[in-house]
Amino acid sequence: MSSGGRFRALRALLSDPMGALGLGLVLLFVVMALFAPWVAPADPIKLNVAEKFQPPSLAHLAGTDQLGRDLLSRIVYGARTALAIALTAVGLAGVGGLILGMIAGFGPRWLDAVLVLLFDSMSSLPMIMFALAVITIVGPGTGTLILVVVLVSIPAYARLIRAQTLALSGADFIVAERAMGASSARILFRHLLPNVVGPLLILLSMDVPVVIMLEAGLSYLNLGVRPPTPSWGNILYDGYTSIRAAPHMVVIAGLPLVLSTLGFTFLGEGLRDALDPRLRRRVAG
Amino acid sequence: MLRYAVKRIALAVVILFTVMLAMYAMVFLVPGDPASLALGPRATPELKALLRERMGLDEPVLWQVWHFFRNAVTGDLGYDVWSKRPVLDQILEFFPNTLILGVAALGWALALGIALGAAAVVWRDTAADRLLGVLSVGLISIPAFVVAIYAILIFAVWLRWLPAIGAGTPGDPASQARALILPAFALGIGWVGYLARLVRASLLEVMGENHIRTARAFGLPERRVVLRYGLRVAIIPTIALLAVGLGSILSSAVFVETVFGRPGIGTLITGAVQKRNYPVVMGTVLFMTAFYLFVVTAADLLIARLDPRVRDVFRR
Amino acid sequence: MSEPVLSVENLSLRYRVAGGAVAALRNVSLSVRQGEVLGIAGESGCGKSSLAAAMIDLAGANAEVTAGAIRLRGQDILRLDQAARRRLRGREIAMVFQDPMTAFNPVLTVGAQLVDFQFNLDGVPGREKRARARDMLARVGLSDPDLVMGRYPHELSGGMRQRAAIAAALLMRPAVLIADEPTTALDVTMEAQIIHLLRELRAQYGCAIVIVTHHLGVIAELCDRVAVMYAGEVVEEAPVDELFHDPRHPYTRALIACDPARIGKATGRLPAIGGRLPDLSDPPPGCAFAARCGIATDRCRTVPPPRVAPGADRGVLCHEAAP
Repeated sequence: MSSGGRFRALRALLSDPMGALGLGLVLLFVVMALFAPWVAPADPIKLNVAEKFQPPSLAHLAGTDQLGRDLLSRIVYGARTALAIALTAVGLAGVGGLILGMIAGFGPRWLDAVLVLLFDSMSSLPMIMFALAVITIVGPGTGTLILVVVLVSIPAYARLIRAQTLALSGADFIVAERAMGASSARILFRHLLPNVVGPLLILLSMDVPVVIMLEAGLSYLNLGVRPPTPSWGNILYDGYTSIRAAPHMVVIAGLPLVLSTLGFTFLGEGLRDALDPRLRRRVAG
Repeated sequence: MLRYAVKRIALAVVILFTVMLAMYAMVFLVPGDPASLALGPRATPELKALLRERMGLDEPVLWQVWHFFRNAVTGDLGYDVWSKRPVLDQILEFFPNTLILGVAALGWALALGIALGAAAVVWRDTAADRLLGVLSVGLISIPAFVVAIYAILIFAVWLRWLPAIGAGTPGDPASQARALILPAFALGIGWVGYLARLVRASLLEVMGENHIRTARAFGLPERRVVLRYGLRVAIIPTIALLAVGLGSILSSAVFVETVFGRPGIGTLITGAVQKRNYPVVMGTVLFMTAFYLFVVTAADLLIARLDPRVRDVFRR
Repeated sequence: MSEPVLSVENLSLRYRVAGGAVAALRNVSLSVRQGEVLGIAGESGCGKSSLAAAMIDLAGANAEVTAGAIRLRGQDILRLDQAARRRLRGREIAMVFQDPMTAFNPVLTVGAQLVDFQFNLDGVPGREKRARARDMLARVGLSDPDLVMGRYPHELSGGMRQRAAIAAALLMRPAVLIADEPTTALDVTMEAQIIHLLRELRAQYGCAIVIVTHHLGVIAELCDRVAVMYAGEVVEEAPVDELFHDPRHPYTRALIACDPARIGKATGRLPAIGGRLPDLSDPPPGCAFAARCGIATDRCRTVPPPRVAPGADRGVLCHEAAP
């Protein structure tokens, strides 16, 4: 894509109020995550039981939790946890899906059949059930979380890449290239790769909020990120257990989840419309 | 139609077997003895030996695979050494609760989703349509368990209208219904947006078809054209989605059930995961996968029956 | 001679498209009297289907009438409000669509749809609407109307569906029946049967019929008068015999010469009209057919052609046909 095209896409994104709002929210959380030590007013894991359950004040803008930790700081560091896990997991899954999808689409037919059966089987496993099974076997933790996301997301990505690869394999320029004796590797990397990456990126960006939700949900169940590392999920759990003692905790702890998933979803939708309106249906379905 | 049905069911069975095989392989690929894994670090050697025997871990691997399959097919999902009950018994005890929750959630989501989707088409390209679009995306993206917690805060803690936890008093339908409202609300709200979007897109596509023009050419009012001629055709793809929805909503019920402390598959499996109660987790996952495949396959066959065009294709 | 039931006067219609507008109809005038069958002929893209759609007010949301009138019994329907226009449909002016496969709703029975289609028939109970639908199905030659009523469209053959579509159009005894390519989707025997049916119905009901088709054979067999369209304009209008025996517009001549039914056995190849339709988002200044015309002069390319009348009830849009 030319740089002019990229700027046009950005302008299209910004001219759509939803897309602009999404971009704003996402940037907010990215800044929080990147500059957590400077943004956060206090240490997120430092206990101060004397100051527990404090409602929002000038000293603690979002109040304190049941152990007297500064809630805003925990949320800021929670952004770091959420984004690090989501981006790592989605990135790895994207690479895995790209490789498997291109193998399925470009490789021998029997291999394609086996892979498609595997993809179908994987996507028939309800995601959360599968996650719980893996956690039982491997044990909870950040690594497990990433593993689960990678395993669960690969089939969708691989299928998209496979379909694109199959469609392109029959395209005239590929056939011509092959007739002129180009190697499979050359065709894969010079022609197929650049053509399949765009739709994949859109799909990846739309999965980020799903992963954020999964991470928070599992951490809420104490099966994800281990305390005391701040995660929006375990912050919310702390709030829930203190719902009567300090309702401000649960009100505030839910906000980053709502705002970030909204932000990423709006951004994903906006990006999709701005980059490739034809993808509207494919990705939505 | 029969050939299609046989093919569709065979595919579901093959997928289920692949899933079983993959889970079985996973347990054995992960380092460590499944018995100690299942029992956790505090288990006594005697208990471990007992479990190894129960799980058939002393047998040759291929023999174990065969046993696992044979048992699973006959409905024997293993034995839970903690509660000293067969896994399937526990699943069947909790499943109805989860199913009721899932059906209630999808039910209200479907009613509202179809209404909003059809409204968006009746008002297409107006501000109301765009507002509904943003609303749908918003509803889809908000996590159900966050909604659940806010709902508890507002309706149970502050307003005290509805119970915060539990599934109601057994044998008292009124209290059970009251206990169902908040969880079903939290679980269904995302699907309202999802269904509204799907119905809108599907309906807009149908509105471009020739038979819609025919209905207009006979002077039928636009509302009637949309609701009777468009929606009837547009609704068919949502059946497939509903099946997928029921399958996935039952597993996302895990979070909502936990938040509401509501007995069900979700609380069963999270409790088991926290205890690393391996037979219960595996049995539940297998059961839910089988249920999911069953519903999806049944829906596909239902669509083939409902849509006369699809029906006709398969008849030939 | 009686007053026309439906007349189109100087109608211009354009479709708004990305980056401009396409002039689909330009200054079209036509009329059809009671009991008369008017054929509208032309190749695809000439505007004949847009004209048919405009007559029943179904040209679509991006269509815009820029000038002219469509008069039904003297009343300009373009000046009526939405609701009043809707009340005319089916009751005063009805349409038979091209593709009988997709013209009916796939998930409602034929009977249910025929009952619905009588929506504009006030004060008639549902039971009677069913009876009317049944009678009409019998009248269009469906031997077992009760069976057809209970069937879904895909369960009927193409010919049966087209008969049902014609029955639907006649349900409310409209003053004008518009048939858009009524036989195109059918095979030759079906086509002959449907043509026969339309002739019978014309004799029976005496409504005005407008038949839109690219098929000159259908025109020759069914129509009293013909309007030939090219690039959104009516280029020639004449009684059917005069048109076939004495075509005046070069385009009409070419069209007749290209009709496969009229070519002798000795010809080795099919004649075709060279060139393409002009770009309707930017129509040429002179005659629209000039670029493809064998006898075009410089005047044709720059000056819009006049409408001349070579005989009673005839009109030609051509410089060279002028006396």
